[in-house]
Amino acid sequence: MNSLANAAPETPEISAENGVLLAFRRDCRLAMRSRGEIIQALVFFVIVVSLFPLAVGAESALLKRIAPGVVWVAALLSVLLTLPRLFASDYADGTLEQLAMSPYPMATIVAGKMLAHWFTTGLPLALVAPILGLQFGLGTGELGVIVASLMLGTPILSMIGAIGAALTLGVRGGSILMALLVLPLYIPVLIFGAGAVEASMAGIDYAANLSLLGAGLLLGALASPFAAAAAVKIALD
Amino acid sequence: MIAAVPSSLRGENLTLSRGSRVLFTQLGFLIASGEALILRGANGSGKTSLLRVLAGLTQADEGVIFWNESVCTTASFQFRSNALYLGHANALKDDLTTAENLADALAFDGVTMSEEKQVDALKQVGLSSRRHLPARKLSQGQKRRIGLARLLLAEKPLWLLDEPTNALDAEGVALFTRITDEHLSAGGIACIATHLDMKVHAQMRELRVDEYEAGESSRSTAVSKLAETHEATEAA
Repeated sequence: MNSLANAAPETPEISAENGVLLAFRRDCRLAMRSRGEIIQALVFFVIVVSLFPLAVGAESALLKRIAPGVVWVAALLSVLLTLPRLFASDYADGTLEQLAMSPYPMATIVAGKMLAHWFTTGLPLALVAPILGLQFGLGTGELGVIVASLMLGTPILSMIGAIGAALTLGVRGGSILMALLVLPLYIPVLIFGAGAVEASMAGIDYAANLSLLGAGLLLGALASPFAAAAAVKIALD
Repeated sequence: MIAAVPSSLRGENLTLSRGSRVLFTQLGFLIASGEALILRGANGSGKTSLLRVLAGLTQADEGVIFWNESVCTTASFQFRSNALYLGHANALKDDLTTAENLADALAFDGVTMSEEKQVDALKQVGLSSRRHLPARKLSQGQKRRIGLARLLLAEKPLWLLDEPTNALDAEGVALFTRITDEHLSAGGIACIATHLDMKVHAQMRELRVDEYEAGESSRSTAVSKLAETHEATEAA
């Protein structure tokens, strides 16, 4: 097999960025092949948010008051619904052990998967949110803050969620356990995310809330891939 | 590339238990370039577990694995870039086509292959007409053959194969045997868990995993047996 001798020049550089990019592209392509799941999470988000005006009545002052909380809680729940997609199918069909065997560091692959998860769930949510905000009679400035807070906050949801999803891999009744594990950790994101919108409605400076979300995002980006990769390896053992 | 650098895989004193059940204790072996280790044993005797230990997916309770005489920590980089593991599951995405599945697997193996080579490999394993079919439409044997195409292309010196001939027809088994032969004669190493009576021409060692179950007496015979095969091959 002289092909073995020719291997060297074709071997790509095994770098961290390559690992992230490779996993990101793969997961995005897989998500696009089953677009239904992306759309379902989005429709779920729209329906949950739309239930509130129906339930509490059309009193505009009240609706406006609860809008930030409602949008954020709904975003949280729809991200939660999509978390099993992150690792469970790869775990079931044996792909996850292949990824763990890859020369690319597992943390970079996990980071790529988190990024792809955000790209296919968090980002669409953030883009749809302003349309839903109109139902609650929010002004343009407030809608902008909703989008900004979701843009900063939903990646954190994907990152924390990935750790939870990896920890509950292969556990019976894992999805409920994952929700119990992940939801309490979502609380700070919820507080600062909804807080930013409330602050802008009250006319106070909302930059502090967004800054805290940004800090959380940086911290998550640094630490969560390693934590989730470690959890995946435990699940595979 | 692998022929130039002689490689070896050595396990020493490997012990693994699952719950209260000891799968194997003090298991040891040595295989060098051009040799295959055939793992034998009844169902549930720990063949898969041993392969997973070698792949670095499972942590052994005790024991050390050496790759080229340097200790492998659990799935160290050096080792992972040299090993190819084909597990029980086919590791295919149902939504992707045959060609995409192969390309993805190779990409994560850290190998870039021209498309012609990939097409050629799929032709060799008899899947050229199924290239653009989603993996979910393939039969079990055809899915297994994608793994064979990966073996042809991935250029890893160490193969860790778990029942690679499962679901393959007679022609597929012959193909697998030929691919393995070529790999070994190019200086590769293979650990194969199989129930099949493999007719590989290159040097083969057999390791009966069930002989390493806790029992003291059976273990000593197994160790001496392994020593004998060693001496025999060194003499030859």
